[in-house]
Amino acid sequence: METYSRRWFLGAAGATTLASAVGLTACGSSGGSGSSGTLTAFVYGDDAVKVQVKSVNRFNASAAAKKAGGKIKLEKVPGADYPAKLRTAMGSPNAPDIFFNWGGGSIKAYKDAGQLLDLTDILTSDSALKDGFLPSVISAGGLSGHNYGVPMRGMQPVILFYNKTLFAEHKLTAPTTWDQLLDINAKLKKAKITPFALGGKDIWPELMWLEYLTDRIGGPAVFDKIKNGDTSGWGDPAVLKAAQTVKQLIDDGAFGKGFSSVAYTNGGAPAVFAKGKAAMHLMGSWEYSTQLGKFPDFAKKDLGWCAFPTVEGGAGDIRNVVGNPTNYWSVNAHTGNKDAAIAFLRDSASKTYASELVANGDIPTTSNAEALLDKSPNPEFAKFQYQMVQQAPSFTLSWDQAVDPDVSTPMLTEINKLFVGQSTPEQFVSAVKGLK
Amino acid sequence: MSSTPVTGKGSARQGGARAGRPHAAWVLPGVLFFTFFAVAPMALAVYLSFTKWNGLGDPQPVGLDNWRRLLSDDRLIQSLTITVLLTVVSWAFQTVVSLLLGVWAAGRQRNRAILSAIFFVPFLLSSTAIALLFYALLDPNFGIIRQDTLGSTKGAFLAIVFVGGWQFIPFHTLIYQGGARQIPEVLYQAAAIDGAGRYRQFFSITLPQLRNTATTSSVLMIVGSLTYFETVLILTQGGPGTDTAILPYLMYEAGFKSYDFGYASAIATFLVVAATALSLLLVRLTGFGSMRSTREGM
Repeated sequence: METYSRRWFLGAAGATTLASAVGLTACGSSGGSGSSGTLTAFVYGDDAVKVQVKSVNRFNASAAAKKAGGKIKLEKVPGADYPAKLRTAMGSPNAPDIFFNWGGGSIKAYKDAGQLLDLTDILTSDSALKDGFLPSVISAGGLSGHNYGVPMRGMQPVILFYNKTLFAEHKLTAPTTWDQLLDINAKLKKAKITPFALGGKDIWPELMWLEYLTDRIGGPAVFDKIKNGDTSGWGDPAVLKAAQTVKQLIDDGAFGKGFSSVAYTNGGAPAVFAKGKAAMHLMGSWEYSTQLGKFPDFAKKDLGWCAFPTVEGGAGDIRNVVGNPTNYWSVNAHTGNKDAAIAFLRDSASKTYASELVANGDIPTTSNAEALLDKSPNPEFAKFQYQMVQQAPSFTLSWDQAVDPDVSTPMLTEINKLFVGQSTPEQFVSAVKGLK
Repeated sequence: MSSTPVTGKGSARQGGARAGRPHAAWVLPGVLFFTFFAVAPMALAVYLSFTKWNGLGDPQPVGLDNWRRLLSDDRLIQSLTITVLLTVVSWAFQTVVSLLLGVWAAGRQRNRAILSAIFFVPFLLSSTAIALLFYALLDPNFGIIRQDTLGSTKGAFLAIVFVGGWQFIPFHTLIYQGGARQIPEVLYQAAAIDGAGRYRQFFSITLPQLRNTATTSSVLMIVGSLTYFETVLILTQGGPGTDTAILPYLMYEAGFKSYDFGYASAIATFLVVAATALSLLLVRLTGFGSMRSTREGM
């Protein structure tokens, strides 16, 4: 108990110093697990959260909750603040019992601190959970062979979206090779249309280009090596080639003017794409629901999608996917009621839960998902996405989620410097090689 | 002092302890507040700067590691340069504009009173709201100014200076307005009789009389610029690249993006030391501490 309170004191005081020095209000964590048998669950508070709200209500009313003697209280944390708030809460006595995360590097610190419940055995033995999910999705979120998360949202592969109407107007077809893509760029620029929308201010949309190009040029093994802690992996010629290819696109004006001050998260880049100012957009599958929410006509009539093209002479299969396999629920190892937490996780494997994800436009990562996809708002897109992930020889977790935050932050800074022209591809490679 | 009647001292004594200095207990709330919310967190930041801590578990002592890293970090030099540049340019911009506006607003005309009230509005808005507003106005595709303002190093820097000025000039205008109103009318009347014009009056009377006001306003501006944060976070996130990553932003990035609270605390401590040293220096150089009346002999 004594160490706990000291930690809390340090945590609270440390956060207060930093926060007050910069004029922020320190965010104390609220909620927490009391002795009342209520478990707190932190979730990323975006539009998709309604599926989790229903799941919690269903669980709280269920016999399973009564049997385990615990109820769930859902704490919706607004998007951009989520990782920092989770970190603050996990360092305090008010840590959530269950929490949303991206798997991989995003939970490594919690695993190292002994705060994660190892779910490997439960996922292979529990009757409701085993066989419930696509195996590649379960393992993509794990750490060194152990699993700490149960999938709870739709799959989020990165897809090349394009404007079908604009493509038809200029007699273009979706590219399958890099040369075709360059050819399309040239034609679009002649027609005064920016080839690609890009929300460079957020930086992670820039990262998607490097992720796919590195995969297509050098295959998935290149980043696998880096992810496993071998920083010499950045020295692979594929990384340099990918950076050079990106540089050519930028110098060629493929992303239009001002891309570095356009953001994805505030709707800037989706608007550029939906209003026909740009013809293509490399983005996670959530682009579909974003457009459906903001520009429904565009989403229904004009939005097309395809896999990222191959690069001539490259090692990567066109079926390889990068992105976020999904999001996960993880359980705090110190939770007061393990049984209730696991009973709650079982709901994520249920058919009802999967159907609700589908109705929301998401593609569940459950093994029964395919049969449900006809009920999706856009079955054609849903099936494309499901098959894309199901058939992928490899699924590379987004780089910024796969590595530790203290590596991913400077990595993103270096990527931004490459995109805004502050460093050359060679300087980029030597800078990321130095990250540890 | 010599004119103070001797009986005055005597009567104070006669009043006993109660009528003398306020009891020491009166400072207690202030001292407690300052201790808990300023001194204690600062002391903890100093302690954390000698540890490695990612926010979970106990901080691990690492000696001088963070400090060595800080001193050899290229980004610290860059950040320091940007911070100093931002401080100097903001100071120059805000001082000139608020001095002129403040002196103008000191006039008793009705229209000036109304306009001054309107000019004051930006200061009442939250800096986050202001930054979001300007971010939208500067959007390269849908904004008012469809240039790549925030994507270029100069543009982003000037945007931050401008937005900061837009927000804080009203406050400093108010200080200068108050200062200008304190200047005795007789000085201007005497100058007018001597044949001094408007400009001569401004440079020979108004400016010298506002010396103490300018010092107050400048100290506030400079110390404020050192801890400037929200505008950078929202407008540029330190970008393009790292070109507008001022020290407080660097600290935020280390703490709340990399979860390297030890290193972030080292930056925070550095910032506290630098800001304190700078304000002490300013107070010394400007004679603020022993502020002398600008109206001696009047």
